[in-house]
Amino acid sequence: MLDPFVPEPAHMPVTGGAVPPPEDVVVDLRDLTKSFGEKHVLQGVDLALERGTSAVVLGGSGTGKSVLTKHIVRLLRPDKGEVWVMGERMDLLEGDALDRKRLHIGYLFQGGALFDSMTVYQNLQFFLDRHTRLSKGEKNDLIAESLESVNLPGVAQQFPAELSGGQRKRIGLARALVLKPDIILYDEPTTGLDPVSVRVVSELIVKLRDERGISSISITHDLLAARIITDRAHFLFEGKIVAAGTLDELRHSDHPAVQEFFEGEV
Amino acid sequence: MPPRPEIEEPADDLAGSLTQRLRTARRSRTEEKILQEKELAEALMAQRRPRESVWGPFLERAGGLFGFVGQFFARFWRPPYEGKELLNQMDEVGTRSLTLTGIVGLSIGMVLAMQSRGTLARFGAESFLPGMLALSVFKEIGPVLTSLVLAGRLGAGIAAELGSMKVTEQIDALEVAALKPFHYLVLTRVLACVIMFPLMTILTDVLAMCGGFIESALSSNMDYRMFVTEAFASMRFADVIVDTMKTSLFGFIVGIVSCYLGYNVRGGTREVGQAAMQAVVLSSLMILLADVVVVRMSLLFFGAPGT
Repeated sequence: MLDPFVPEPAHMPVTGGAVPPPEDVVVDLRDLTKSFGEKHVLQGVDLALERGTSAVVLGGSGTGKSVLTKHIVRLLRPDKGEVWVMGERMDLLEGDALDRKRLHIGYLFQGGALFDSMTVYQNLQFFLDRHTRLSKGEKNDLIAESLESVNLPGVAQQFPAELSGGQRKRIGLARALVLKPDIILYDEPTTGLDPVSVRVVSELIVKLRDERGISSISITHDLLAARIITDRAHFLFEGKIVAAGTLDELRHSDHPAVQEFFEGEV
Repeated sequence: MPPRPEIEEPADDLAGSLTQRLRTARRSRTEEKILQEKELAEALMAQRRPRESVWGPFLERAGGLFGFVGQFFARFWRPPYEGKELLNQMDEVGTRSLTLTGIVGLSIGMVLAMQSRGTLARFGAESFLPGMLALSVFKEIGPVLTSLVLAGRLGAGIAAELGSMKVTEQIDALEVAALKPFHYLVLTRVLACVIMFPLMTILTDVLAMCGGFIESALSSNMDYRMFVTEAFASMRFADVIVDTMKTSLFGFIVGIVSCYLGYNVRGGTREVGQAAMQAVVLSSLMILLADVVVVRMSLLFFGAPGT
């Protein structure tokens, strides 16, 4: 059992002979390249996420934003490049070492990816049952705390189908939080939500950063959400990060694709 | 503005230009004809070409299935061992299919007895009815029919469930949370099928014999003890065991094919529906083909029944 609440045993970090990033960089993507057949989705992406900060990856639909985050949790392997997560090469880890590293990362899927045959409570309990040796009372406390932190304490006995889109995303986030991750990846956290829910979810991401020190990467094309969430924004276009900086710096970028993206907002 | 002078073409020139135009028209018609023929030839070639594209996906799918079977055996020995989920799946495969297989067994036994009685009576061999019934039910109809019925019920269910989990990223969510979805979803379902198919077959066989007895009792007042003695007089234990246990193989086929198709769905709800349909069709076909091989092998090793 890979209990995330038990300290990790000492081991040699897997670096593949490369120089690890500084300790305050929790995610570091170097020259990330990925193709699917003839389609070159990522063509040398470089991106670093500092501890306790929120990064946003902006870009139009189909530019490979989800592909990028899926590399960080090793749902995909790069054709070329390095994926560093908390000082180790995620692209080289295997077996228990990979699973242990994955437990440091929470992932909020676009639709929440809740298990629809289980209630909200069971969705959260399932993760704890599999990964911890906590008592039933301790598990109940953790579940209540997670639901409280997404402002949905009263839905524990409901099934995902009974929740709204925004609530499902927040429960997805509560499920990611229950194992107390250091990093959370948000895949389109506000897509399909009304402006009020966009604000609620975005402010939740900021709250988690400020109160729990959770570092995050959000991929989105929603500028309202990006404005609330971001410390540093990156613009992905044709498989490369073509502009990076604060949102204001991006707004004044002279790259035509970035300009077009921000003009679209107007 | 001065009037425009009319220009008259000389007669010879007029004839020459007409000839020229006719020649041009004829040439263009010929060219058009050639072009049409060329297009037709290309269309015919294009019609033939898809043959290649039929084999490509088929081979890709077959290779994928073999790879999936390989993964099954490679991961089978490794933890985590999902005992609780295995019991859940056995409940799904067994308990929840009881009514269906029970009705199938009972009705097939009664129908077989009704259909055969007339023919046997014509040869004065009515007393062979229980034996014939037992032989048909235990050796072939029970195992194959139960497996086909379960393939219909479970194949579609498994493929649709895993397929929708795939398209809604639930399988990815398990993977990301280090919960080994292959163990949790695939191993448990396939093993449940392997274990439960023979048990369900025994139930169907027994109920089919009950159905046959009810029909016999109603039609010819046959005694229960005589029915049982006659039924099992020409049966060997090996016949029953081999033909019942072959359903474990059929269960494996249904489980692995349905899991493979569901686990590898790409796209949306349309593809989930297609995967469910393909799971039933492919499992059923593979059961029938595997049955031919198993029967041939059992004849080779155990000889024909009654010998």
